[in-house]
Amino acid sequence: MISATASGVGNPVFIVGSSTGKDGIHGAAFASKDITEDSMDDLPAVQVGDPFQEKLLLEATLELAKTDAVVGMQDMGAAGITCSTCEMSAAGKVGMKIDLDKVPTRQKGMKDWEILLSESQERMLVVVEKGKEAIVQAIFDKWDLNCAEIGSVTDDGMVEFSYEGRIAACVNADSLVLGGGAPIYEREYKAPAYYEAYKKFSIDSVKEPESLVEVADFLLSHPNIASKKWIYEQYDSMVGAGTMSTNKPTDAGIVNVKGTDKALAMTVDCNSRYVNADPEVGCAIAVSEAARNIACSGGHPSAITNCLNFGNPYNPESYWQFVGSIKGMSAACEKFNTPVTGGNVSFYNQSVIDGIEVPVFPTPTIGMLGIVEDKDRIMSLDFKQKGDLIFQIGKTVNDIASSEYLYSYHNVKASPAPYFNLEEEFAMQQTVKGLIENKLVNAAHDCADGGLFVTLAEMSMPNELGFDIVTDSEVREDAFLFGEAQGRVVVTVENETEEDFLDFMIASNVPFTLLGHVTQGKMNVDEVNYGFSSEAKKQFDSALGNIMNKN
Amino acid sequence: MKFGVITFPGSNCDKDMVYVLRDIMNLEVEELWHKDQNLKGADVIVLPGGFSYGDYLRSGAIANFSPVMKEVITHANNGGYVLGICNGFQILCESGLLEGTLLHNNNQKFICKNTYLKPISKTAPLTKDLDSEKAYKIPIAHGEGRFFANEQTLKSLEENDQILFQYCDESGAITTEANPNGALKNIAGICNKNKNVFGMMPHPERAADKELRNEDGKIIFETWFNLIK
Repeated sequence: MISATASGVGNPVFIVGSSTGKDGIHGAAFASKDITEDSMDDLPAVQVGDPFQEKLLLEATLELAKTDAVVGMQDMGAAGITCSTCEMSAAGKVGMKIDLDKVPTRQKGMKDWEILLSESQERMLVVVEKGKEAIVQAIFDKWDLNCAEIGSVTDDGMVEFSYEGRIAACVNADSLVLGGGAPIYEREYKAPAYYEAYKKFSIDSVKEPESLVEVADFLLSHPNIASKKWIYEQYDSMVGAGTMSTNKPTDAGIVNVKGTDKALAMTVDCNSRYVNADPEVGCAIAVSEAARNIACSGGHPSAITNCLNFGNPYNPESYWQFVGSIKGMSAACEKFNTPVTGGNVSFYNQSVIDGIEVPVFPTPTIGMLGIVEDKDRIMSLDFKQKGDLIFQIGKTVNDIASSEYLYSYHNVKASPAPYFNLEEEFAMQQTVKGLIENKLVNAAHDCADGGLFVTLAEMSMPNELGFDIVTDSEVREDAFLFGEAQGRVVVTVENETEEDFLDFMIASNVPFTLLGHVTQGKMNVDEVNYGFSSEAKKQFDSALGNIMNKN
Repeated sequence: MKFGVITFPGSNCDKDMVYVLRDIMNLEVEELWHKDQNLKGADVIVLPGGFSYGDYLRSGAIANFSPVMKEVITHANNGGYVLGICNGFQILCESGLLEGTLLHNNNQKFICKNTYLKPISKTAPLTKDLDSEKAYKIPIAHGEGRFFANEQTLKSLEENDQILFQYCDESGAITTEANPNGALKNIAGICNKNKNVFGMMPHPERAADKELRNEDGKIIFETWFNLIK
């Protein structure tokens, strides 16, 4: 493992990879500005990425990591050379002397500040053990990449940049880094009026439609719910020959760890509609849903990263959404024991329409990584055979708040986040993991966007099987089928294992319901036919492509 | 029998190919670098998938000028076996070892998904012992995979039994719907007249590990290697 820390006074500092150009100057600052008609003027602030150079740098870096020549290494992101030199120095409590004349540049006549702030991509800063420079040089020569010694490590904590025979800048490294001298702001925040108003929503204000078959049809073709195949088929999902979900559909993506019993489970989640309705609950749901995906696949959550997209932080209401999200994320991460290993924050995601700021829905996207200890216990989501029993793990709630059904079908935008209880969610997930470990279920799929009906339809489609279920008279039928109350997973059980399954569930104290059984292909609810899964699959798979191709 | 897998700058299926040959099939593999001036005694050369030289100019166009390609061409002209997969197929077409060319997919988009292949050639060692009634499930991942050749070339490919695979549906029917990229006559792979140089867009190396639940690609490799060992 290589750390992004500089150490060892006198060790040489190298810049490797692409040349430094005038692209991406003030790039990070640009990313935090409103996009307007005048944004074209800021074009030089946009970094021009080159995946080919990135691939070469990646390969060379991996080769370099196998040697003992590297003391520390960091990629160059926001604020380019300035940031990487100061962060690496501060982390190692050292300084650096850097000669900007030695930085390979893409064009002549670049100013010192341009070299310092350029965010040209595909560059790394590497501190090398003195005497081992030739090892590094040979690797980068092999890959035809730049490799220039631009300075050395000093002991005074100052980072000094010289250019054309003079000192261009000299700063205390610590003063620029988080946890060091960089300032911490306490911004003002306040709950927007809509927050309390949304909470007044009552399910009784919504009339149950005559035909729920029509609702099911609407949801399966809705772009928020329909298959995202049209998008993901445009990316290589199989390179590395380790993707275990290609031929075995799972809730989380599974990547093989070759030569071991283990696999990695990965998932990304965030329903910004929930976060907008209630940032704290919505963001806790995002973490919980990610963990649920991993649990359903046979894994254990390990850690999260995030991508936090919000409006203007100077707007107290936007900042309130941010504060709430972080609180919700912390609570859920502590419960699932998943540290936040990194991430990024993007503010000012808004459009200015007629002089009014319209922020995006607060979108704290959670990327979770989990470990599957035993590859033989990976659980898939597809129904396996006719006759298997279908159970819901977790409780049924008379709730349609913030569901796609309420929001898009009924066009009711004002409702709180759906039902959610972190303790119940956690207990339910532990139970699902236990069921999988003990081989008591043969499919597991979480209940999420679109509610129970969509979950069942998604489980039906891969093998073109179906389901025959009955609803619960205690709750409204639309809430039962399309409500998005959290903390639920659907599993199927073979008849022979039913008894063991029931024993395990009773001992777990987690509520569960027998919904019905798997059929040859027909989708039936309370003896009403919702069509065949083969037809639903066609509709579900093609809906997004049809919309995209229309425009 | 020794295999040589070439890495060009931008290759990204080289390690997958080496893994399948060496770790799954227990075969001897030499990892070759595009700057190598000899093939280190390899009998079968594999040009893997990826985006050699960033696919600048045209896919495969620049890789054709790599030092190692001179050796590959000599090897092929001496009757040695060469297999190009995806970008490797594109390089073989650019080098002239294979006829025809690979155009942008007809939907102008990169496509990654499982497809089904029907083995066609009854004389090429890669396909002759495969089950001609079976649809082999092999994934594709390319933006420029639409095989095209002029009428005369197509005629000679057909007459000389040089068509290796055609895209088909799960049941083996060669239909327009089963053609993922608009390739001429659903062609997914071809060989040269001498039947020692093979090119195919689909990735059999991605379907050769039982842990990934698809070993159809391994069957293709095994059938071929049994014939030539």
